[in-house]
Amino acid sequence: MDPELINDCVHCGFCLPTCPTYVLWGEEMDSPRGRIHLMRQHVEGTPLTDEMAGHFDACLGCMACVTACPSGVRYDRLIEQTRAEVEREHVREPGDRALRELVFQLFPYPRRLRAMRLPLRLSAGLRRRIAPRLERINPSLAAMADLAPESAGRPRLPRRVRAIGRRRAVVGMLTGCVQGEFFPQVNAATARVLAMEGCEVVIPPSQGCCGALSLHSGRPEQAGRFARRTVAAFERAGVDTVVVNAAGCGSTMKEYAEILDGEWAERARAIRTVDLAEYLVELGPVARRHPLPLTVAYHDACHLAHAQGVRSQPRALLTAIPGLELREIAESAICCGSAGTYNLFQPEAARELGERKAERVLATGADLLVSANPGCTMQITSAIRRAGTAPIRVAHTAQVLDASLRGTERIA
Amino acid sequence: MALNELVRRVAGVLPAGAVITDPVRLRTYECDGLTHHRVVPGVVVLPESAEQIAAVVRLCNEYGVPFVARGAGTGLSGGALPRTDGVLIVTSKMRRILRVDLENRRAVVEPGVTNLAITEAVREHGYYYAPDPSSQQVCTIGGNVAENSGGAHCLKYGFTVNHVLALEIVTPDGDIVTLDADDPGYDLLGAFVGSEGTLGITTGVTVRLSRTPETVTTLLAAFENIEQGGQAVSAIIGGGIVPAAIEMMDALAIAAAEAAVACGYPAGAGAVLIVELDGPEAEVAHQFAEVERLCRDSGAFELRTAAGPQERAAIWKGRKSAFAAVGRISPAYIVQDGVVPRTALPNVLASIDRLSAEHGIRVANVFHAGDGNLHPLVLFDDAEPGAEERAGLVSGRILDLCIEHGGSITGEHGVGVDKSRYMPKMFTDDDLDTMQLVRCAFDPRGLSNPGKVFPTPRLCGEVPGVRRGVHPLVESGRAEQF
Repeated sequence: MDPELINDCVHCGFCLPTCPTYVLWGEEMDSPRGRIHLMRQHVEGTPLTDEMAGHFDACLGCMACVTACPSGVRYDRLIEQTRAEVEREHVREPGDRALRELVFQLFPYPRRLRAMRLPLRLSAGLRRRIAPRLERINPSLAAMADLAPESAGRPRLPRRVRAIGRRRAVVGMLTGCVQGEFFPQVNAATARVLAMEGCEVVIPPSQGCCGALSLHSGRPEQAGRFARRTVAAFERAGVDTVVVNAAGCGSTMKEYAEILDGEWAERARAIRTVDLAEYLVELGPVARRHPLPLTVAYHDACHLAHAQGVRSQPRALLTAIPGLELREIAESAICCGSAGTYNLFQPEAARELGERKAERVLATGADLLVSANPGCTMQITSAIRRAGTAPIRVAHTAQVLDASLRGTERIA
Repeated sequence: MALNELVRRVAGVLPAGAVITDPVRLRTYECDGLTHHRVVPGVVVLPESAEQIAAVVRLCNEYGVPFVARGAGTGLSGGALPRTDGVLIVTSKMRRILRVDLENRRAVVEPGVTNLAITEAVREHGYYYAPDPSSQQVCTIGGNVAENSGGAHCLKYGFTVNHVLALEIVTPDGDIVTLDADDPGYDLLGAFVGSEGTLGITTGVTVRLSRTPETVTTLLAAFENIEQGGQAVSAIIGGGIVPAAIEMMDALAIAAAEAAVACGYPAGAGAVLIVELDGPEAEVAHQFAEVERLCRDSGAFELRTAAGPQERAAIWKGRKSAFAAVGRISPAYIVQDGVVPRTALPNVLASIDRLSAEHGIRVANVFHAGDGNLHPLVLFDDAEPGAEERAGLVSGRILDLCIEHGGSITGEHGVGVDKSRYMPKMFTDDDLDTMQLVRCAFDPRGLSNPGKVFPTPRLCGEVPGVRRGVHPLVESGRAEQF
């Protein structure tokens, strides 16, 4: 925990109303200002107590406070450093430790995740029956089972997708772990949209996890390993721009130059990471937009809006589709509670936030919920399902664009 | 000992988890927005209702333990500074808007509701809550009542006291009472608003809702120097125009805001003036032309008019984030708050400049120019030995300047713990004694936020009731004793 970064906080409190846990509980130590105060206490010699670790663990890492902070406090860096410190110094309960080990040995590895998909792909009826029992045994496991989407068939992506029409650019594409395994149709749509907009898309099969999950959970060594491997994979693919369609992955890859050292930092700097919506707006449209008569509620993923500052681009892309009406979700800057692994490790708080978000999403009366992060999509769908109201359809920005560009109303 | 016993009893009247005693957690409450005063509270409680607050206060009375109220902890005078021997009562869980009554233009809210949340709740119906402190998205209405908070638009619309219709309070002896603006007799509501927690704790606020003006026009005028800006302010007010707001920022404050929020103010400006006019369209249009002319005549080299709400927000963003934004250009700073007669502005600013040069301490100026409310930001590096002392000296000298020019030591941040020592400079002993009469009428045992506003050791025990001899006000014939 860098004391310099801690000292940037002037204790003004502008972060308070934007912090999901402060919104829930209204307690200083579960606000960004309070957590920075705890970091300061620790740096000044107070041992890392269970209470302290609990408040750090309760932070979603949504970075809404970074957006709100007028003093430019790098809370993102601070919480990353703090989580690493917690992992080093804090002794967790055996159950908690085992769960964390399971998650970190599973999620960042697409192949293992694929193996897990089968048991998780339970029928809705069975899921409902085991849910209460699982809830009693371990709320986190219940959350995991609850969040797993009933996944569609997995279209295989080729190594290279040719541009349609005049080739305007060559870009790499990150397939991600959860995105790739649970939402393969999003990756397929992303590749098609890029191709229809004149991009040749290179999809190196050797790519793995980008390291986001590890970085956001205090495992910088694992994150560094994944980061170097990702950089190398795209170097070999010969691209200098990588398009990412998952918010959490994009924000981490944009930080590579900061988390890696020396030569690797240089190599990371040579590859530009860009979010799909950001890139498409920058590139400008060439493909024709067919009408989609839809009312859409757009959900700001924290790692897109707060961490990458990408807010206007997805909205611009959606509103450019004829017939599509965009509706804003109240409290759009407050996290849905997904936050990477948060809904697994802090299921109660995540559930409350999920319900709060679901309520506001449903209040828009939209036909379709659009979000640019797989975690958010799973979290909000599952909250809506628990609310017992009619389910709302969900899609990624890429899928909506893909439908419009292909001239079909069916969102794949 | 009394505190330990009290903590045990308090846990019995509050929900589970509402009593904080863990030392690490307690320390996060050691200061509010003014960080150079720090005291770890004896215990923190997070009540959820007026009844719970009253129960805690009654227990405090039973054990003779002092208590301090806190909202979001954004105050800038240390008004919510805790006591090691006391209870910190935090209202951050009491944030429900209880009732909105548009027909009667009022809303009833709990004390922990943020200032901006009130406006957000009624905006779609064409109403808003007028006082707008720069921290409005964070600061709570309970704190606004305690501090009689202002904001940029108070020039035209007045302070919190002008927008509070009734209060539910817990008195320092633990009774729940209502103070209503319509009550006949003494204006106790008026006395309570701005009492900085020394007369009790606000547990419910009935606020006045104002109609959103038909038109709002915002002008950003850039001047080469602060004198020209000041001249424009005098010309506008002198011309009989009452803008909703007139705000000024000097070059250093502009640089900070630019670094923080890229507000895009005109390059090379020595001062910018933000003038906002609101009201019926025809009136605003007429006055706006006049304001533009007066700014030009005073030397404005660039005028920008906000075309819509977004551009207006962009203009205000620089101003509203200015305090925290100086964190970008200085490791540490003191936010000062003082008032001078508007006509004395150029003089006082020139003196501040001299002070700044003399002590090698940079001062950025942000102020509500329309009513002479200065907010000098005194910048220093806390790592540099002696810098903090010099900054403190400059900051204090600025208050002396305010007093010398017939102004006040605070415009809106309150006296708190930070400025209590300046009270005797501004008031005579007789004045302070009279204020104590009020204080003791509400809080005879001195348990409600003791040590704030008034310099120690001026405590209730020494004043009226047990006062020996005739009160000086009576003696001088300025008051009568019944």
